[in-house]
Amino acid sequence: MKPSPERDDVRANDTSSLAPLNRYLGLYAALWKNSVTREMGFKSNFLLWIVVELLWFALQLTFMTVIYSHTDHIGTWTKWEVVLLVGAAHFIQQIFTALFLVNCTQLSEHIRTGKLDFMLLLPVNTRFLVSFRQVDLGGFINAASAVAVMVYAARELQLAPSAAQIAGFLALCAVGLLIHYSLMFLLAAISFWTVQAQGIVYGYYNLFNIARMPDAAFGGPFKAVFTFVLPILLVVNVPVKLLAKKLESPWEPALLLAMACACFAASELFWRFSLRRYTSASS
Amino acid sequence: MEKYLHIIGIGIQRTLVYRVNFFARSLFGLIPLTATILLWQTIYRDRIGDVAGYTLRQMISYYLIATIVDALTAVAEDDWQIAADIRDGNISQFLVKPIDYLAYRFSLYSAGRLIYTAVASVPIAIFIFCLRDYFVLPKDAAACVGFALSVAMAGLLQFLISYTMALLSFWVLEVATFIFILFAFEYLASGHLFPLDILPPVVAQALHFTPFPYLLYFPVSVYLGQATGTALWQGLAIQATWVLAAYALARFVWSRGIRKYAAFGG
Repeated sequence: MKPSPERDDVRANDTSSLAPLNRYLGLYAALWKNSVTREMGFKSNFLLWIVVELLWFALQLTFMTVIYSHTDHIGTWTKWEVVLLVGAAHFIQQIFTALFLVNCTQLSEHIRTGKLDFMLLLPVNTRFLVSFRQVDLGGFINAASAVAVMVYAARELQLAPSAAQIAGFLALCAVGLLIHYSLMFLLAAISFWTVQAQGIVYGYYNLFNIARMPDAAFGGPFKAVFTFVLPILLVVNVPVKLLAKKLESPWEPALLLAMACACFAASELFWRFSLRRYTSASS
Repeated sequence: MEKYLHIIGIGIQRTLVYRVNFFARSLFGLIPLTATILLWQTIYRDRIGDVAGYTLRQMISYYLIATIVDALTAVAEDDWQIAADIRDGNISQFLVKPIDYLAYRFSLYSAGRLIYTAVASVPIAIFIFCLRDYFVLPKDAAACVGFALSVAMAGLLQFLISYTMALLSFWVLEVATFIFILFAFEYLASGHLFPLDILPPVVAQALHFTPFPYLLYFPVSVYLGQATGTALWQGLAIQATWVLAAYALARFVWSRGIRKYAAFGG
């Protein structure tokens, strides 16, 4: 990670209120360029990973299809609604992989090797740098396969979403993404306490597994925990319900937004708390 | 033989370092398991009769037994370590020592499974206790003996398949993708996602010509008493054949790979 060469110029313009934003956008563009260069170094491997992700996606679709060969509904959810749900879950998960996954899993490595010291010294927000360091381009390609499945399912359901509905769906997906990111970042920050936090981060994969299940399958304490404590059940269900016109009340999107803000706030508090305690591995 | 027991001892000490990780992993693993069980409960609530011959109790028991078999047999880090040993040239030392690499890896695998099962048994036992109304016990002694035998062979088969996959490192630099592709097939075909009999009959029958059902589905169905009498002994015989075939393949791939081996960094 090289500090941005334009740093000083940007600093000089700090009087304009847009300058910090522009500076961070410029930095992010540089990080993207780095990632593209790095990925293109291993082209065949890059393609094979796409095959792996496609296979797992097909597996999830198979699971639901086989279940629906024995039943015609799970709670209120019909087959194609669930396919739409699995597609949307894959879409959000792949965008998450593209933007954040590697960065979150690498945090414990940065702490263990003392590389974090160096990042703390750079004149940028450290959380920004840790969260956005690398981009995994394969994620975007896999997200495209998820979009294809969603379009197919929407046609089977004879949905004709308006532009406003699609915009609303994408906005809610972004809010869901914020929940995934905040929770995973929070888990990754546990590595300030234990060195072996990779197992904990890996554990988040299990939560992705619940995200693609229809919420009507659950009730009682399980649903309460994964709605109000770790709001994974909202992440995909709420955007898809908007698209499939299944929303029971306008409070559902409001709850999603509120929980996302709460998760982000919690992760920021925990991050600051952890940093204050950080004593560095190298000294 | 004694030296391999010693290796198991070393392996146990080495894996004990990861006990917290193991515990977290088994605990986290219970979340999707709970979700799957609740999903099936919702499906059974809204319908009359069973699903492909499974009552709700049998369906839930299937997933619980599968979790136990998985804890006893799943390969954790072994394949990554073998691949790294080859890539970094660490296997050179085994070529000059009177230690067989396959037996060495199997000792470490056994040690790893021992510790993992010991650590995971607490959360899994509590989980099963909470679901005791849905948990069926084996019908007779034959089911118990058959289950023990088939789990042991499932472990052998699982190890040999992973071992052989990792040996591909002799030819390609990055085996992780190949391992994940095989793992995806295995996840469906061994019965991790659901009991294979709920698949369309043609698909389920076709899968029985592959070794995958013998990694998980077969031991579980022995436990549940779905394979009894001749079917049980026939199944065990086929499973044993797959183990022998996998062993022969592992030895063959090793002998080919070692000719290709250039001892990088060794």
